[in-house]
Amino acid sequence: MELPKEKLLEMYKTMVAIRGFEESLAAAVTAGVLPGFVHLGVGQEAVHVGVCSALRPSDWISSTHRDHGIILARGADIKRMRAEIFGKVTGYCKGKGGSMHLAALDKHATGCNGILGPSQTINLGIALALKKKKQADIAVVMFGDGAAHRGEFHEALNLAACWKLPALAICVNNHYAISVCFDDACAVDDIAARAAGYGMPGLVVDGNDVMAVHEAVSETAKSIRAGKGPALIELKTARWRGHFEGDPQPYRTPEQLESDKKKDPIVRFSTQLLEQGVATEAELKVLQAQAGKELQEAIEFTEKSAYPPLEEIYTDLIYEGRREVR
Amino acid sequence: MREITFSEAIREALRHEMKLDEKVFIFGEDVGAFGGCFGVTAGLFQEFGPDRVMDTPISESAIMGTAIGSSMMGLRPVPEIMFIDFTTVCFDYLTNQAPKVRYMCGGQLDKLPIVIRTTSGGWIRAAGQHSQSLEGWFTQVPGLKVVMPSSPHDAKGLLLAALRDNNPVLYIEEKALYAMKGPVPEEEYVIPLGQAEVKRPGTGITLISYALMLNKCLAAAEALAKDGISAEVIDLRTLSPLDHETLSKSVKKTHKAVVVQEACEVAGMAAQVIKSLMDSSFSFLDAPIKTVAAGNTVIPFSPALEDAMLPSEVMVIQAAKEIAA
Repeated sequence: MELPKEKLLEMYKTMVAIRGFEESLAAAVTAGVLPGFVHLGVGQEAVHVGVCSALRPSDWISSTHRDHGIILARGADIKRMRAEIFGKVTGYCKGKGGSMHLAALDKHATGCNGILGPSQTINLGIALALKKKKQADIAVVMFGDGAAHRGEFHEALNLAACWKLPALAICVNNHYAISVCFDDACAVDDIAARAAGYGMPGLVVDGNDVMAVHEAVSETAKSIRAGKGPALIELKTARWRGHFEGDPQPYRTPEQLESDKKKDPIVRFSTQLLEQGVATEAELKVLQAQAGKELQEAIEFTEKSAYPPLEEIYTDLIYEGRREVR
Repeated sequence: MREITFSEAIREALRHEMKLDEKVFIFGEDVGAFGGCFGVTAGLFQEFGPDRVMDTPISESAIMGTAIGSSMMGLRPVPEIMFIDFTTVCFDYLTNQAPKVRYMCGGQLDKLPIVIRTTSGGWIRAAGQHSQSLEGWFTQVPGLKVVMPSSPHDAKGLLLAALRDNNPVLYIEEKALYAMKGPVPEEEYVIPLGQAEVKRPGTGITLISYALMLNKCLAAAEALAKDGISAEVIDLRTLSPLDHETLSKSVKKTHKAVVVQEACEVAGMAAQVIKSLMDSSFSFLDAPIKTVAAGNTVIPFSPALEDAMLPSEVMVIQAAKEIAA
């Protein structure tokens, strides 16, 4: 593996941290202490970490409702993330966004859009602004195989190509749009095949292989930074949980789920690290323990945090002030 | 004072602000070399170049998405949606997206300046999908300001205010006003958003409207004066936030009101204005508040039908006389 050991171990630790974070939320839903819709990304950690490890801090990324992991992988504070998901005032959005609108703008992570599709066109504006700044930063937007069927997919890719924007569209194909199987919603095998119709490169990548994701995004980002225009990458992966916590999943068989779980991206990565002599079992155990400790601290931080005061209902609605004029 | 048209006044405000602030840029369908479907942006492409005045494909969602994303990054986008009827295909951006960005992220952004320019209203023989007055819908969205000028003078001052505001602003231009001429100062001036104006003082009845219908109210007031009825005419100018104070002040004086909108009679601005007056001035009213609005139907193509279903000056006069006596 070409990356330095330190970076590889950081990637491993982040994948473990994301898995732990998501599983702790599943437990909270089961225990009845976490309200609202929660969509977990267990099984998609190679997507989260593979993509973010290939970006610069100055790049921007918009992600999906299953991507707490993206925001964590951008280096966001796990404490403020968990507090937000529990509606606490110490959360990133003061508890007003929740799981579905969790954003860490200081990490250039705009988070999820509750409506599928608009993040793809909003990314055009982010990319246009980056292009005007001329610092070779890129704007990445992630969306699922479900949102690939919105009209916005077409409008966004067409205009990004037309304006040669520094934009990267990443379709995370986990094969289910809520309950509808990809095979029943799309007449072709690969979303990435559509890229040809917009005059941009389209890649299909194994989304359970963190190194493959990292390399594909790195190489594609290099080309976009060089001004060669946007691209589409499709990451094939699987979600282990239902669409939302509590989803009984009558649409897929236990056998299918078991087969998906055999492709565990964390097991796969740790095997690679061990077999190639990058790390020892003991080193990985230390990282697991660190991630566990940080999660525990986030849980305690969230429990101790207060709910927002009622005046927050009407704040952050209208922006005060105006542009100063000379 | 020199006189220019409504559309020239809008163009003057756009040009003024683009010269002042390089973050301001215009984009939309046919706004470039063509100068806009109604010629409002004529010459701006030639003056500011293709990076500041950008033609787009027929992709309203992409237009509005570009606006939101670039505004989040610190630019001051001015997207154009050719007809307000077309906001239906990007409604999400005007309701679910732009107005909610700041709130949902808990104030992580300190501004989201976007001026969405669009056109509304009938009288151009464009039938059911290019003639509507849909402004009322957007006043129901917290976080979105809605502005609708009635004269060249206000068009410039309100647009300059909108362009300097830090919020998403829907700036609605009534197509039938584009050719209207009026006095407009050459220097810059800002008409603050959220302030209605008494366009004609009076004592016997208050006529409340905005945009083209405001002009019909002014003409009606002139006619009513000849019959001995003194009508005060109030121009809302900003539909959201609504200036409750100017409304109540006038009605507490005149004790009677007619509210006029070009939109269909169901719901809309007139209902909201009446609600405001019921809250503030019910005990001062000497008569039920009257509404003049378009019929509750699709706008027909045939000029004979369109003219009959949209509100007229005569309808305003009749409504005023019914309660003025």
